[in-house]
Amino acid sequence: MRPEQPAGAPTGAAEPLLRLRGIGKNFGPVQALVGVDLDVPAGQVTALAGDNGAGKSVLIKCIAGIHAPDSGQMWWEGREVHIRTPRDSAGLGIETVYQDLALCDNLDIVQNMFLGRERHRSVVLDEESMEFSAKETLASLSVTTVRSIRQPVASLSGGQRQSVAIARAVLWNTKLVIMDEPTAALGVSQTAQVLALVRRLAEKGLAVLLVSHNMNDVFEVADRVAVLRLGHMVAEKPAPELDTQIVVDYMTTGTSSRAPDRSSEG
Amino acid sequence: MARVDEPLPPADEEIAAEPAISPDVAISPQLMAGSVSEYLKVSFARIRAGETGVLPVVGGLLLVSILFQLLNSEFLTARNLVNLLVQAAVVSVLAMGEIYALLLGEIDLSIGFVAGIGGLVVAEAVKPTVGWEWWIAILVGLLATAAIGALQGTLITRIGLPSFVVTLAGLLFWQGVMLKVLVNGGSILVSDNIINDITAGNLTPAAGWAVMFVVVGIFGVMTWRRDARRRAAGLVAPPPTFTAIKIAAALAGGVAIVLLCNVNRGLIRPIRGVPWVVVVVFVVLAAWSFVLGRTRFGRYIYAIGGNAEAARRAGINLPLIRTAAFALCSFTAGIAGVIYISRLQSISTALEGGNLVLYAVAAAVIGGTSLFGGRGKALHGVLGGLVIAAIVNGMGLLGFSAPAQQVVTALVLLAAVTIDALARRGSRATGR
Repeated sequence: MRPEQPAGAPTGAAEPLLRLRGIGKNFGPVQALVGVDLDVPAGQVTALAGDNGAGKSVLIKCIAGIHAPDSGQMWWEGREVHIRTPRDSAGLGIETVYQDLALCDNLDIVQNMFLGRERHRSVVLDEESMEFSAKETLASLSVTTVRSIRQPVASLSGGQRQSVAIARAVLWNTKLVIMDEPTAALGVSQTAQVLALVRRLAEKGLAVLLVSHNMNDVFEVADRVAVLRLGHMVAEKPAPELDTQIVVDYMTTGTSSRAPDRSSEG
Repeated sequence: MARVDEPLPPADEEIAAEPAISPDVAISPQLMAGSVSEYLKVSFARIRAGETGVLPVVGGLLLVSILFQLLNSEFLTARNLVNLLVQAAVVSVLAMGEIYALLLGEIDLSIGFVAGIGGLVVAEAVKPTVGWEWWIAILVGLLATAAIGALQGTLITRIGLPSFVVTLAGLLFWQGVMLKVLVNGGSILVSDNIINDITAGNLTPAAGWAVMFVVVGIFGVMTWRRDARRRAAGLVAPPPTFTAIKIAAALAGGVAIVLLCNVNRGLIRPIRGVPWVVVVVFVVLAAWSFVLGRTRFGRYIYAIGGNAEAARRAGINLPLIRTAAFALCSFTAGIAGVIYISRLQSISTALEGGNLVLYAVAAAVIGGTSLFGGRGKALHGVLGGLVIAAIVNGMGLLGFSAPAQQVVTALVLLAAVTIDALARRGSRATGR
């Protein structure tokens, strides 16, 4: 336990990169999130599971700064933070890869990776420097299947597009990458490609928060699994302590007779 | 009330499978090929896959030229071709403006009459009774048209009105303003020599050569240094032979234009030299190619046209960029208006702003700019404008009436849109 750790925050072996305590969010009378606790450690993949309407999207939008939570506290690297806008979140080093990827089909890979943050010399775009960095980032993630980083995104396969979106997210000295259903639209081999990329991010020391419905994917890459049900965090455990059936129990009923524990809290 | 439920899980199927065609077809050929023969091979593969670039319009231009030359040997004379360059200028410049709107996936129907307003302001300002300097008059005229574009762009982006409707209202409004100012059937003569010389005056033959060599020289040095720097840095770059061919082609084009223009084309007294308006069109082309291809502003226009939501999430200020694009569109129309009054040496209520804007859209699309946003270049406007001018000019030589010229222009436009649609279908097969 570190001395600067705030009172009331549960102790842990190591300070997680992002710590949420008691996050609540209402939309009018609808309680989307109720007292949600979550730890996202660096260098690990944390999977966020839950049925439709469980609040997964609202939770990641709170972290990404799209929604401001109504209650609760967030600590980033041990320091309490208030994320109010997407800019705040990006400033901390949080990048989100949304399900639709938000790529411009008519632009090439380099142009997409630097979109909105182009480097330039006076008014002229510095294409060489951007292309160089894009190339380095893709190489560091072992994304080698694209033939040329100057090809338009329209010509890429689904897995390659996902790789480009992820590479764009890690280009900015990013510490936490949030991914929303990255494999939902992919076939078997491309899913494997993307999951390998997710593992590499964690091995590079980044924290990954992965939202997924697919239990196979979750157990293939996740170090830790958190389960939301109707806005409540019902389980948050290391992946080896769980299996698909237990997670499904938590997702549907909030408890599991098969699990060693009723809940992670306490 | 905001929805709190999650989005529906996507169907468990591959919506984005491997591309139907091999990826190297989709890459710009000069970035892939290691040698010139390889470059040609890749280019050919791209054409078959529907990535045709400016090839259809250049081919069309050649076809039209051969056809008219066979039917009337006057067509390919220096006199007629230089005349054609001057005739094409108004539509070419208007089309380069329209491309700003088309790239966003929008349309601007007002620029025909906005060009008229630009011309009207300049004509009023250089009237002997007002007597402004020609350059102040042009500056004020262009500022007025840019302001009109900014106003229309603001209505479109801040209130969220469809550009089609706002600019249709603009078409009617600015036509009304012109009719009101000029009174019905009235006109203002332009007696300022410099403004009239934009289309009537020529560079001296020697000056034409000098300007051409300077322009091609700058282009050549910049192109060579850029490609060499990219090769040195190990980035994708065309082979040196291709860079050299590109520069040689630009030089050949420049020499051809200057040679053509320096032939005496006068019937009574000698007239030779590059018309000033050709220089004006090249300046607009170079400026807008630079803005669209080399600056962040241009990049954002393409991004908004490609995927506006992605652009918004990337932190791009969409209303600002869109409004600026509409302002530049109208500003360019103002330049076309100045060329228009220079050619007619007057401005009158006979200005067919509705036809002009439709020709401008047609020219942009014939040149290869997509009506659906995100794809297009300033060069397309110039090439498309030349095709339309060639049809009008050639059919005029053959004695066809204006209605027949319109019918043929319409058919060419349909052919161009068909090529665009087929190209899009071809690229949709690749996941676009």
